Amino acid sequence: METTTIKSIPLQATHEALGAKMVPFAGYLMPLKYSSVTEEHKAVRNGVGIFDVSHMGEFFLSGPKALDLIQKVTSNDASKLKIGDAQYSCLPNDQGGIVDDLIVYRTGQEEYLLVVNASNIKKDWNWIKSHNTDQVWMEDVSENAALFAVQGPLATQVLQKITDFDLSTISYYKAAICTIGGVHQVIVSATGYTGSGGFELYVPNQDAVQLWDAVMEAGQAENIQPIGLGARDTLRLEMGYCLYGNDIDDTTSPLEAGLGWITKFTHPFINSEALAAQKKEGITKKLVGFKMIERGIPRHDYALCDEAGAVIGKVTSGGQSPMLEKGIGLGYVQKAFAKVGTEIWVQIRKKRVKGVVVKLPFYKNI
Amino acid sequence: MNFPPELKYTQEHEWVRIEEGNIAYIGITDFAQSELGELVYVEVETVGEDIDIGEVFGTVEAVKTTSDLFMPLSGKILAFNPNLDENEGDDPTLINSDPYGEGWIIKMEISDPEEVGTLLGAEAYEKLVA
Repeated sequence: METTTIKSIPLQATHEALGAKMVPFAGYLMPLKYSSVTEEHKAVRNGVGIFDVSHMGEFFLSGPKALDLIQKVTSNDASKLKIGDAQYSCLPNDQGGIVDDLIVYRTGQEEYLLVVNASNIKKDWNWIKSHNTDQVWMEDVSENAALFAVQGPLATQVLQKITDFDLSTISYYKAAICTIGGVHQVIVSATGYTGSGGFELYVPNQDAVQLWDAVMEAGQAENIQPIGLGARDTLRLEMGYCLYGNDIDDTTSPLEAGLGWITKFTHPFINSEALAAQKKEGITKKLVGFKMIERGIPRHDYALCDEAGAVIGKVTSGGQSPMLEKGIGLGYVQKAFAKVGTEIWVQIRKKRVKGVVVKLPFYKNI
Repeated sequence: MNFPPELKYTQEHEWVRIEEGNIAYIGITDFAQSELGELVYVEVETVGEDIDIGEVFGTVEAVKTTSDLFMPLSGKILAFNPNLDENEGDDPTLINSDPYGEGWIIKMEISDPEEVGTLLGAEAYEKLVA
């Protein structure tokens, strides 16, 4: 039997001093919340917040065949990436499902950084390695790299105070390497998973505390708040972004998950023929966003029904939207029920509660 | 974390305040509200019903999670706190701010006073959640 040890992130003591409730997540002890999920959520929507997401995994792939390997294992088209570009993508498996979703950065002429979910680090590494037939250099730096997301409409204003680099020149899904908060060689990326704008900062562990403290100090006037994983989840859900393990997994097709936009048949990749066929034939179920009309909060695994009570799908993510103050959810439904405006019912314990399929995102911040 | 000594507790994180004439007030503990986070609504549709110990009498819905409410004692549900009810005061966060006071959930009439012996004292409950 494999024993599991809880790995620590560099800022554990910092989070505890800030009053965080720490919980084990994907093998790491992570901050779940500091104050309340709703307050943290609103801080990001209206101001600025900082997340420690150092549990995320990072792999560097380099060499003349690195791009070929990435093109083989990812569904988006990485050949389009210029140095400094980032791209949301997924690793399809050979059974029609998804190994993981990830961000691919081109960090050099022949060098790429892959950022993957913490819970999938080992699985992704083994998967990519098993397809590495051309001796592409692969390095897993997950244990040595910290990652902070500084998100919200005031994120740029805060970070600009501690760097000479003009952050307004980094457009969405682009990255630059700069000195920030006195720390050199930080990868500053205009990404995040909140829909409120801002940056993600990749930094070696030994500089992590210095950078966190510098950002917190710079953000004092803007009342920067530390944000836990709880609000990270409600923020991404309000945007309709998929969470691996909830909305997408080894059995869900990227096309059914609404990830057709990152499934590019411009190049062959693992299972691309089957996915292309699926696209041609049409999918039978689809991931949709819905909000509640009647009072109720959808939760993961609740059944979705039609008016008569026949099951038409399943909730994959759900919760109370702090901005809409309504229950919202994502779930797979039969295609006939996927159209925006369709009324669907959520089976909440003994009751069927009415909701409606809506266009995503649920909430627009920027 | 607060555990008033005059209350009785259950392993399901409810508290019971027993008054004269076999009347009791029921709520959830400070520990429970802190684990749940901000409450969005409380659903109790069992007023007037006789419910057995351990059976579900309602539900609390928080931003991130949901939890059933269990009868700490058998008896009849006399009232649902109007301040928590969406048709009346509708402020379920009273449970977060004042779990043992304004945030009480139901008032009940105990049908079998002997069951009171199954409840935990404050010290035993505090140990349970430590």
